[in-house]
Amino acid sequence: MKRVQFEHSAVPYLFIAPQILIISIFFLWPAAQALYQSFLLEDAFGLSSQFVWFRNFEDVLSSSSWTRSAIFTVVFSVLVSVLSIAISLFLAVRADEVIRGAKSYKTLLMWGYAVAPPVAGLLGNMMFNPLMGDLYMAFNSFGFEFNHIQNANDAAFVVILIAVWKQVSVNFIFFLSGLQGIPKSVQEAATLDCKSPERRFWTITFPLLAPTTFFLLVINLTYAFFETFGIIDVSTKGAPGGSTATLVYKVYVDGFLGADMGGSAAQSVLLMIMVSVLTVFQFRFIERKVHY
Amino acid sequence: MFRKTLMAAAAMFAMGNTAEAATEITWWHAMDGALGDVVNQITEDFNASQDEYKLVSVNKGGYEDTMTAGIAAFRANNQPNIIQIFDAGAATIINAKGAVKPVQDLLEANDVKFDINDYIPGVRYFYADSDGKMIGMPFNSSTPLLYYNKEALDKAGVDVPKTWQDFEAAAPKLKEAGYTALAQSHSPWIFFENFMSRHNLQMATANNGYDSTDAEILYNNDALKDHWQHVKDWKDAGYYGYYGRAWGANQDAFVQQQVAMWIGSSGSFGGLRKSAQFDFGTSTLPYWENVGDAPKSTFIGGAALFAFAGHDAEQDAGVAEFFKFLTKPETQYYWHKETGYVPITNAAYDLAKKDGYYNESPDAEVGITQLSEEGGEWTKGYRLGFYVQIREVIYREVDKIMNGEETVDAAFATIEEEANGLLKRFNDTYSN
Repeated sequence: MKRVQFEHSAVPYLFIAPQILIISIFFLWPAAQALYQSFLLEDAFGLSSQFVWFRNFEDVLSSSSWTRSAIFTVVFSVLVSVLSIAISLFLAVRADEVIRGAKSYKTLLMWGYAVAPPVAGLLGNMMFNPLMGDLYMAFNSFGFEFNHIQNANDAAFVVILIAVWKQVSVNFIFFLSGLQGIPKSVQEAATLDCKSPERRFWTITFPLLAPTTFFLLVINLTYAFFETFGIIDVSTKGAPGGSTATLVYKVYVDGFLGADMGGSAAQSVLLMIMVSVLTVFQFRFIERKVHY
Repeated sequence: MFRKTLMAAAAMFAMGNTAEAATEITWWHAMDGALGDVVNQITEDFNASQDEYKLVSVNKGGYEDTMTAGIAAFRANNQPNIIQIFDAGAATIINAKGAVKPVQDLLEANDVKFDINDYIPGVRYFYADSDGKMIGMPFNSSTPLLYYNKEALDKAGVDVPKTWQDFEAAAPKLKEAGYTALAQSHSPWIFFENFMSRHNLQMATANNGYDSTDAEILYNNDALKDHWQHVKDWKDAGYYGYYGRAWGANQDAFVQQQVAMWIGSSGSFGGLRKSAQFDFGTSTLPYWENVGDAPKSTFIGGAALFAFAGHDAEQDAGVAEFFKFLTKPETQYYWHKETGYVPITNAAYDLAKKDGYYNESPDAEVGITQLSEEGGEWTKGYRLGFYVQIREVIYREVDKIMNGEETVDAAFATIEEEANGLLKRFNDTYSN
């Protein structure tokens, strides 16, 4: 018997080498460092360190502020993702139907994309300033006793509003191009079969957009977990009472501001684990329902 | 012609030579905006005053950014010669054995005359070790002060409150005149740390943390809890405005004349003079008459300059030379006048007095008067690890007291528990 042998060529490896190199330098290496650091108690300047096994993790997990922050992060991420996907889907479908002045609509809906998260946070912060913020005044003149400085729910509302506003334009671009990718013939055939535009949307358009939606769900969750840091830092700074501090913000406060290397490394590792689990979950359970 | 060229070449050569010979020392600081301009001026003046050393000062952002930049640079063996570290971060750098050279040693090794008693009392020991040796050179030193809107107080017919008892009498009248009586901008610094100092109460075990990192916080005491119960009651009665944890938001309420009095930093004076469209005055931090043995002097806030270890003797000599320049009465007086921070030496204070500075702007003297008030056992400062995080805990719990999510007792129990957890972590990290 002669075993089948494939000719191995080094060329493919050569092609993926740059990518592997980038991942190794910018992800694997720092991740390994964080993992190692999370088992150490080390002074800020790296002059003395001791290996303490899971001490840092115990300290993190037993702190009530971490638990509160973890719960907020989950609620916040789900709300931001779902809301910004729903709103941008609605806007994209509507904008797709517009015939006159379509370009202007689309441009106006897209250009929020150019705003960086900290800038969005700053804008939101000004609009909700208790002394001069228009939105703050508006809410209160409508009779809501709106006070995000002291009320945790109001503060959560502010950061979610800013985060969603910032993300809608990104999602909008993807949905719009997704909509334009649906063949005209399919839509016309559907129109013949079914009169209700709403039903047509749910049975034809939405399933055909599923790959886009799934992609956006993954992107939006990552955004809510990590990139909203800038928004929180310039608007609430986690206040009141730590109620709007996401896990990433907490890592920043403890590690960057507080110089607690081991503790913040342990928090990063926990965050890494959470995001990995979430990603696996998304690909295993939600992606099954997506037809490409 | 030829001679001229030759001379020019020689001159250029000579100039190039001195530039090369000048030892470069770097200073990372956290002073931006108008304060940064003053730092740059001091740097220029130092460089112009001698030609042996060339000081390069770099702004690294805020206090936290500067500290983090310094930590990262030290870990990469690339540290600057001088770094500015703020009060709450002092324990981190001082307890990291071998990260810095004590300024006192540095100055004495370079034959710069040093006597700790040349420094004003409130500043002297804050950045010193438990034996009284100065580790960090106090740089920008401030203290909490009460600013008041003169028109508002006149309208209500009240005097500037010296004590909290006075305040309680004045607050309803101010409310009637249409003002919220008071706001303040930094709960941990003003209503925790300086509350303890003003009333001469012990803040932490182990001599406020100076003797050992094995310390416990003593915030959970009746005097401080009672004060916060009052603050909460004032807020509910409309006498106290709580605009959140942000410094600026509380200051803005004063600038926009919603609140009649505001407690901020002596360093806020210059900025307020520009932004406030009304006549305001300054006064000392109020105290409770029957608590501790108030009034005692307050702690300083602000930051100090530390000399990083790991540089050669020549550069260290340059650092000593710069510190000598910085502590000269003229430099200190200039710094004091331009920024509102207090002068750190007695000689500089005397110079300001002699120059008549306080006659033309008497408010500028209030800060230094307060720091020069009689000191007590617990007024020299504190040295507590992970204090940045402890302040975060305080901010968080104050939010909860103010919005009624927690009682004062519950909030203080949490502060005590979490602060002691952090102190223990710090001790476990730094004590071996």
